[in-house]
Parts: sequence; structure tokens; C-alpha cells
Amino acid sequence: MDFLTTVTSSGLIQQFLVGLSRTTILFVVASGLSLVLGVLRIPNVAHGSLYMLGAFLCYSFATLFGKNPIGFWVAIVMAPLGVALISLAAERGLFCRLYDREHLMLLLFTFALMLLCRDIVKMIWGAEYRSLAPPVVLQGSLSILDLPFPKYNFFLLSIGPFVALALWFLTQRTKIGKIARAAAVDRDMVSAVGINVSWVFASVFVIGCFLAGLGGALVAPTQNIAQGMDHTIIMESFLIVIAGGLGNVWGALLGALIFGLTDSMGILVWPQFSIVFPYAIVVIVLIFRPKGLLRATW
Amino acid sequence: MEPDDHSRFKWFALVVVGLVTLGLCPYFLPRFFTYLLALILVTGLVATSLNMALGFGGMYQFHHAVFYGIGAYAVSLMLIKSGLPIVICFVAAPVVSAILALLMGFICVRLSKLYFGMLQLSLGSLVWILVFRWYSFTGGDDGLHGVPVPSWISSVTGSYYFTLIVSVVSLIIMYIVLNSPFGRILQAIRDNSERSESVGIQVRRHQLVTQVIAGFFAGVSGMLFVTVEGSAFPDLLSWTLSLELLIMCLLGGWFTFFGPMLGAAIIVSLRTMVGAYTEYWTTVLAIILMLLIFFLPEGIIGFIETLFKRSHASPGEDL
Repeated sequence: MDFLTTVTSSGLIQQFLVGLSRTTILFVVASGLSLVLGVLRIPNVAHGSLYMLGAFLCYSFATLFGKNPIGFWVAIVMAPLGVALISLAAERGLFCRLYDREHLMLLLFTFALMLLCRDIVKMIWGAEYRSLAPPVVLQGSLSILDLPFPKYNFFLLSIGPFVALALWFLTQRTKIGKIARAAAVDRDMVSAVGINVSWVFASVFVIGCFLAGLGGALVAPTQNIAQGMDHTIIMESFLIVIAGGLGNVWGALLGALIFGLTDSMGILVWPQFSIVFPYAIVVIVLIFRPKGLLRATW
Repeated sequence: MEPDDHSRFKWFALVVVGLVTLGLCPYFLPRFFTYLLALILVTGLVATSLNMALGFGGMYQFHHAVFYGIGAYAVSLMLIKSGLPIVICFVAAPVVSAILALLMGFICVRLSKLYFGMLQLSLGSLVWILVFRWYSFTGGDDGLHGVPVPSWISSVTGSYYFTLIVSVVSLIIMYIVLNSPFGRILQAIRDNSERSESVGIQVRRHQLVTQVIAGFFAGVSGMLFVTVEGSAFPDLLSWTLSLELLIMCLLGGWFTFFGPMLGAAIIVSLRTMVGAYTEYWTTVLAIILMLLIFFLPEGIIGFIETLFKRSHASPGEDL
């Protein structure tokens, strides 16, 4: 087996770090999807489109404010906020009328939004690729055991734990998180004790979509911003959410770790089929634990 | 209420007239419309097979296109790589889909509703990514083109008649299955699986058999697609197509037998007509879908049936 000889320990560590930074993006996006699925019970297919929208918005804001060094940082904050604003409008205008429908209807409704988003992105930004350079501070690379590793990926690595911590705080320690968790279990009971569930749902939806936009904004400097980004990410984040347990944010973290690391490690083993490994792992997990690794919220 | 015999005769006459019209189509329609009709029949057949599991079986069949695509790939690969007689290839392809449906169904029927759908989605996407990546065997994202289908089938008229005959036979078989005791049990499971289980129905086994039958006919339509188009490509088993098939079922009416066929006819012709004028065809589809979910959740045929029932019911007895 010749491929084993080419794998050195430093190469392994490099791939591990690449996998971890990929995991960060996947976790940020999938946790948003999981939150919406767990509390609102909407399998939001348009989540991937919001991610794509986040990336394109980040590009546009960054080119708009590009003259000064803080342009990128403004963009990375503004883009998810823009996505959150759009999702707030969608929730108040459309989704809040559909909560009592079946999953299938909600799935197809979000699919309609995905199709719409795809065309809107095509109309505004056109069909060609865009690319965005990381800010000057994060350009270049550091060397880890004599192998170069982009600085921007370190930035991504530091974002992941921060998002996880913020989500933990939000769901476990704040009032809205507690209400949301209660509403996920029994929404009628929560409204019976006099809480306006509708607004709780709206805020959870917006937070979930904000995370999709954040994921898109974070990924923008690392890859081509293009049509079709939505398709890949939605597939991957659904798999992560399913493998982790529907609606469970920690499950999303676990799923993202499994998915991101098998993807990057798979390249060392069998480059041609590396993308197949994460899918296969998820299926193996589901054969043994059909409802996902961690307990679903409902 | 009308006498049963009378209404049955009316339906029979309608079907015969429809079939004769369809049979004569190639004589007075331009070639392109004959091709379009064949495509509608193929898509309608796969949507009907999906609806067997979805509307009649109550299973959230989120990734049905996998069986369709695998049927298409199976027949293409057999025609290209093996020297087997064409009849065997045509029969074996749906069987391959059925076997896949059995394997996937075996894992999925342990769960129900959204969990079922999610599980099928993940298994299906594994199949999709394998087909998408396995360049040496499936041609990867290029797909397989120029599949050597004999010319008497692959010509526009030939493929149309072949598709018409095979899909009508398949539809009849599915209709019979759904109106058999088996089909009734399936609908009972859909309406209340706990109660069905408590009266002694083997819920999981019935669902698994439905998966296999639905997978088989999806494979049949995949095989027909290859005779019409002469190619197979990964988009045939993409999730987007699965969702489009769900839209067709929803549009026509997912508690009716002919709904998916109608939905497929509307979507495929609209795509061709609208697609000729604008590149933003999907916006049109999205708007149709949203209006549908808000105003016609039972689909066109379902809506007509409700109207019909309401006009016959006594006042105050709505629905």
C-alpha cells in the first residue's frame, strides 16, 4: 500500500487542523439548522441558501468598505445580521402562518424559499465566481511542524468554541433559551401559561438563520463564493444534524466533528473517494443508532 | 350518489378514450411534443411510485429519486458493459432498484415520519455521492451518454410507444396493488399505525414491501428515462429531484392515484414552456409551490374532489 508511506505525522496534524477548521464552519451552520429543527420543527432546506446569501453579502460588504482595514470585520458582522433580518421578515410574513402544518409541507415550503433564494442570488450577483481575500492580519500562514498552515484557519478554530459556548449559554442560562426548550417539548403548555410563543419562535428562527449567515460569512475568504454552495452545505448539515440527533446542539457539534475530520483524514487514505467517507460514516452511525448519537429534543 | 356500475363505466370509457388519444399522438403532434409526452409519462410514473409510499403508505419518502436514478444507471451500465440481451437488461434494472429499496427500507422502516425521511435522506445521499464520485464505473459527474439502446426503441416514436405501454402497464399494476387488501391495509397503517398494529397487522413488513414495490417502479421509470434520453447522469438521483417529485405529488394531490401524474404533466410542461422564455424558471416553480401550500394543500385533484363532495353533501355538512 503505497499511500501509507506518503503520510507523515506532520501531514497528519496538518490535515487534522484543516479538518477542525472545516468542522467549525459545519458546526456553526448545522447548529443553526438543529436549533430551528428542534424548537420550531421546521426542516429548513433554505438554511443552505442563507449560508450562501451570507457569503455573498460578506463579499459585497467587504468590497463596499474595502478601503480601510476594518472593512472585512464590518462585513463579517453585517452579513449575518442582514441574513437574520431577511429571515425575520420570512418568519413574520410566511412561516408563522404554517406552524401547525405537517413536516412535509414545511419541508417543501422551505424548498420553495431555497429555489427563490437561488434565483435572487443569480439576479443580484450573477453566475460567475467571486472571491474574497482574508484581512491583512490573517493573511499568510504559520508553520506547524515545518508545514504551512493558513492564519485564517486559526481564526476559524478560535470561533468554533466561542459559538458553542454562546449557544450553550443561550439555551441553558437565558430566559428565552429556557422558554424555547420548554416550547420544543410542549408548545401548547408554554402558551397556556401565558408566554407569547410566537415571538420566542421568531427569535429562535432568527438566531438559527443568523448562524447560517455567520457560517457563510466565515467561509467566504476560504473558498470560491458561487452558485451551488447552498446545495452542498444543506446536504452536509442535514447529515450532521441527523447523525447528532435532531435538535440537539451538542449533537450538531459531535456530528460536525465526525463529518469534518473523516473528510480531511479521508484525503490521506483515498483521495479520490475522500468525500464519500463522511457520508458513509454517518450512515454507519445511523444503522446502529437510527435516531442519532445524542438524544433528540423531541 | 351515483350507482357504482355507472360511474365505473364512465371512468373506463374515459381511460380508453385517453389511451387511444395518447396512442395516436405521434401521428399528429410534432416530434418535440411526442418527446415531451414521453418525458411526462416517465416523470409521472416515478411520481406515482413515490406517492404509493408517500400518499398511500404515509412514509416520508424524502429521497425517492435514488431508486429512479439507480434504475437508469443500472440499465445504462448493463447495456454499455455487459453483452446481455436487451430484454434482460430492461428487466434487471428495476430489480436492482427494488433490491436497493429493500436494503434501504430495511434500515428505514424501523422509524416513522420525520425520522424515516431523515434516515432515507442520509442513506440516499450516500448512494448519490458514490455515483457522483465513482468516475471509473459511473462516469462521475459527467454521467453516461450515448447508451446503446436499439434504434427501434430509441427513436422518438419508438421510445414514446415503449414508454406509453410500459408506464400504462405499471400504472395498472400499481392501481391494482393499491386497491387490493394489501393496499387497504397500507392506508390503514397510514391513518393510524398504532391501531393497525394492535389489530394484528405487521406494520413494518407492509411498509417494507411497499418500499420494494415503489422502488421497483421507480426503477422502471429510470429505465424508461434512458430509452427516451439515451443517457444517465447524477442529477437523476439528486435530492433536488426528489424534492421536485414531492412537489408533483403535492400539486396533483397526494391522496389521489392520478394526482402525481397530473402534477408531473404540469411541472414538466411548465418547465419546458417557461424555460424557453426565462432562465428564472425556478422562481416560477417556487411561487407555484408557495401558493399551493397556502391555498391548495390537498392538491388539484384533491381540491376538485372536495368541491365535488361538498356540492353533493347536504348544507351544513361541509367537508
